[in-house]
Amino acid sequence: MNSLVCISKTPDTTAKISFVDGNTAFNEDGVSFILNPYDEWYALVRAIELKEEKGGKVTVINVGDPSNDIIIRKALAIGADEAVRINKKAESSADVALQVAEYVKNNNFDIIFLGKETIDYNGAEVGAMIAEHLDLDYVSFASKMESNGDGFKVTRDIEGGIEEIALSAPFVISAAKGLAEQRIPNMKGIMMAKRKPLNVVEPVGFNGHVNVASFSLPSEKGGVTMVDPENMEELVRLLKEEAKVL
Amino acid sequence: MSVLVVGEISNGSLRAASKEAAYYGHLTAQKLGGECTVLLIGEAQDASELGVYGANKVLTVDPGSEGFDSRVYADIIKQTAQSTDAKAVIFMHSSTGKSLAGRVSVALGAGLVSGATSIPEASTNGYSVSKSVFSGKAIATYEITSPTMVISVMGNSFKPEAVGAACEVTANTLSAKTANTQILGRSTQSGTVPLPEAELVISAGRGMKGPENWGIIEELADCIGATTACSRPVADIGWRPHHEHVGQTGVAIRPNLYIAIGISGAIQHLAGVNNSKVIVVINKDPEAPFFKAADYGVCADLFDVVPRLTAALKNA
Repeated sequence: MNSLVCISKTPDTTAKISFVDGNTAFNEDGVSFILNPYDEWYALVRAIELKEEKGGKVTVINVGDPSNDIIIRKALAIGADEAVRINKKAESSADVALQVAEYVKNNNFDIIFLGKETIDYNGAEVGAMIAEHLDLDYVSFASKMESNGDGFKVTRDIEGGIEEIALSAPFVISAAKGLAEQRIPNMKGIMMAKRKPLNVVEPVGFNGHVNVASFSLPSEKGGVTMVDPENMEELVRLLKEEAKVL
Repeated sequence: MSVLVVGEISNGSLRAASKEAAYYGHLTAQKLGGECTVLLIGEAQDASELGVYGANKVLTVDPGSEGFDSRVYADIIKQTAQSTDAKAVIFMHSSTGKSLAGRVSVALGAGLVSGATSIPEASTNGYSVSKSVFSGKAIATYEITSPTMVISVMGNSFKPEAVGAACEVTANTLSAKTANTQILGRSTQSGTVPLPEAELVISAGRGMKGPENWGIIEELADCIGATTACSRPVADIGWRPHHEHVGQTGVAIRPNLYIAIGISGAIQHLAGVNNSKVIVVINKDPEAPFFKAADYGVCADLFDVVPRLTAALKNA
């Protein structure tokens, strides 16, 4: 069972957000970047578990420039066997999906894993796009995946509950919390990661239809109004008359 | 030319999100010109009601099999978008919409903006649409330059207003792909509004000291018809069900009112809730970081304050 895991680089949750070039580009200066948590904690680890159960190989793929190698090495340290980097700074999620789909067309994989979304743009776009490019089945927001005869039984999160689906490889699956337990790379993994193959592949041409015209910051909150704990009638009045939410 | 809205159905009736989607489609059709058509995959007994929220007509298509399959649904939507000459295809940014919007954008060669919080406006090279990014810390305005656009709308961004009357519902037949996947089962909590769609949310955390103390939270939620939620530690140790967890790795929500009780307000928690319109924080620790993100704060023992708040709401 050979798996491909799509990994992304995102700003750390605590990163200060600012913009440059007339508010048209994210200011990367001084920002620490991490492997997108949904990709790392759930998608990658479940792919490694699957290899431990059934054999095969785990390949990670990233669309990015050489500055992304550090997060790719982290994925190798956690337990991926090899890595592919499509050598371009991704223009958009549609670009990433096209590059990954083209790579999959020329290389066989049973399951394509990715996190349910990145924590910066929260679009949840790439998995569905890859699946459509390849006419594959797609299960999003998977919180559990078990072998089921020749196929799999996957549990996915839906609004206020869950849905259980039976399907067979090949398919695309996006990982939510619960799909696997986070693994911390150990020293042996980190040493081995340095010797694992990281293949750099040139991108295919991409014609985008969407671009960021501008970024802006939300209006500042007015500050907190503290209410006397003995006077909850006052809080109710504020919520009704001032905030108008009740 | 038209706007095609993809509605959602649950147990033979419209999901509340479908009304917001129809209303957004109506507002978009006013900008772009043309009609607002809602596509329902499956049957909903109250389908004609979408006309009230701005649909000019409703088309229903039988998916040919039980349950949701993104590959089949995307094919039905693509064919319907082509036959209705859709300039915009609208989804809700829900578990269903997120599974489909990317697929349909590829199938139609259309630009996609997901989680939109504004109506498309004509711009230099196409249309511009905004969304919240970086966990609510910024807003990005995108320009879509393709002839067709695909948009998924962030829930609770537009309050559906009654703008029309019940409309015609027409069954459409088309030949679509057949499903490879099979739905084995589905379980959802009944009786309450799901968290991503809830307008009022009461959330509690480790300050509750134990799962046996949740009665006061449920009583408070019941008296205003709110949905209950919780912080990550509380879901992780099993005090509350996983689907109640709001925050970065749980559900992201944007209710009108979020009351956080006994939650300190770690940045990962705020990432999932800071798009709430009004935030009330109840915490006995005056240094709790959540107070900085709150509109109203009560610094006291929650076991004293919560029953008092419930009583005040009942008497109001």
